[in-house]
Amino acid sequence: MIEVKNLYKSFEDKEVLKNINTTFCNGEVNLIIGQSGSGKTVLMKNIVGLLTPEKGQILYDGRDLCTLSKKERSLLRREMGMIFQSAALFDSMTVLDNVMFPLNMFSDKTWDERKKRALTCLERVDLHNVGQKSPGELSGGMQKRVAIARAIALEPKYLFCDEPNSGLDPKTSIIIDELIAGITHEDKITTIVNTHDMNSVMGIGENITFICEGRAEWTGSNKEILSADNKYLEEFIFASDILRHLKQSYDKDNGKAEK
Amino acid sequence: MVSIKESLQGLGEYVLLIGKAISVPDRWKMFWKQYVTEMFQLGYNSIGIVLIISFFIGAVICLQIKLNIQSAWMPTMVTGYTTREIMLLEFSSSIMCLILAGKVGSNIASELGTMRITQQIDALEIMGVNSANFLILPKVLGLMTIMPILVTFSVFAGIIGAYATTLLGTTSIAELNEGFRYEFNQWFFWCGIVKAVVYAFLITTISSYKGYSVEGGSVEVGKASTSAVVTSSIYILFSDIFLTNMLT
Ligand SMILES: Nc1ncnc2c1ncn2[C@@H]1O[C@H](COP(=O)(O)OP(=O)(O)OP(=O)(O)O)[C@@H](O)[C@H]1O
Ligand SMILES: [Mg+2]
Repeated sequence: MIEVKNLYKSFEDKEVLKNINTTFCNGEVNLIIGQSGSGKTVLMKNIVGLLTPEKGQILYDGRDLCTLSKKERSLLRREMGMIFQSAALFDSMTVLDNVMFPLNMFSDKTWDERKKRALTCLERVDLHNVGQKSPGELSGGMQKRVAIARAIALEPKYLFCDEPNSGLDPKTSIIIDELIAGITHEDKITTIVNTHDMNSVMGIGENITFICEGRAEWTGSNKEILSADNKYLEEFIFASDILRHLKQSYDKDNGKAEK
Repeated sequence: MVSIKESLQGLGEYVLLIGKAISVPDRWKMFWKQYVTEMFQLGYNSIGIVLIISFFIGAVICLQIKLNIQSAWMPTMVTGYTTREIMLLEFSSSIMCLILAGKVGSNIASELGTMRITQQIDALEIMGVNSANFLILPKVLGLMTIMPILVTFSVFAGIIGAYATTLLGTTSIAELNEGFRYEFNQWFFWCGIVKAVVYAFLITTISSYKGYSVEGGSVEVGKASTSAVVTSSIYILFSDIFLTNMLT
């Protein structure tokens, strides 16, 4: 479980995050949603410690990231896996070496065992026979899957994904979403996903935090989100006509016809 | 123009980054692997350019002195003697490192800069790897290790270049032999090595700093790469004056 308490962050004179309070649950897919520029990436970077907040606490099962010593922080980091918006694979290494990298760095297993673990992770994300290729030879969707494999190689307790399906077609996005959700449930990971894709929200959002202009405006699940009573959230969800029509017919079915 | 405050801030960031880079590696096995790779990348791959440039500079210095400086009242060994001292004292250490700053510096800055903007450095940090240590230390130690070898090669290539001019008939091998052996001071050779090792440190750390601290996109990577070459060249020239003064 990760708790964010009274978090503030600004750049120079621009306040980006204003008093964020939210909880991300264990074994669930936690989503952070919001418009482009609302501060999702900044929030996630604060949570993983790539940025330092001005004020506030980030508790990893009770351990406050901001007050940990360097050593403790680097130990905590080994329990984290992260998938970046751009996949961020090491382009000087082959795909297999990429997945083996965290193992080579931190595991005391033999080379054979490490290789086996890496191959298992690649199989888990449905990649076969790509180990010897370099990341540049893979498609965007495959790169994302390699990034997932690398992130889960050390069996993390916390998994972070910054827009895992940006730049992917709807079908591939769903495959990636389902992979993330599947891994989360199987291994009881605390997963946080940044997204503005409504397909992901409806598909895998078990615990959703909606960010608007740096404030956490709403939290709830995908079952509650369509009937949520929040002006900003409604504007965000029903930005497209198709969804607006869906909502109208949904409301009609439930006897709440408009007008 | 860069203000004093900015340059002081830059210096502070540089010192902090190098401090972070110079620490005990997380995993020695990975360090050795990187170290050997970098020695190969930065050093071994530069041997060609070092040999070619040193050969021609050696030849041209020898020719210039023979044709334009040497006159009847000077002993004949002057040409060989001067060529040797120029190679040992300045060319094979300082000038060669200026050339290497162009090759190695831009290489390091653009590699690290690209890793920064494609979030590969963030990915290392998230895993709990000390990215500065993992990426920078092997480059610094790698080039510092291989630099004495490059200097030695450069000196020899220069001498061979000088001998090659005998084919043109301006000097004779006997004359050059006499000059090359005249009052040879071994310390000059070691001076060159010490200087070059210092320059290797400057080139790798400055370029790493420039690349590692890139913010933005490909334009910034390009700028960082240029700035790495310019800045390390300037620092090489400055420290050349101090080192020359100190060592002799
Ligand atoms: N390093 C930085 N320096 C200054 N301002 C920044 C920095 N990083 C982000 N910001 C600002 O913070 C705000 C939020 O940015 P952020 O990247 O978190 O948006 P986002 O919600 O992730 O958007 P997207 O969905 O497009 O990725 C933006 O207005 C941006 O200009
Ligand atoms: Mg973002």
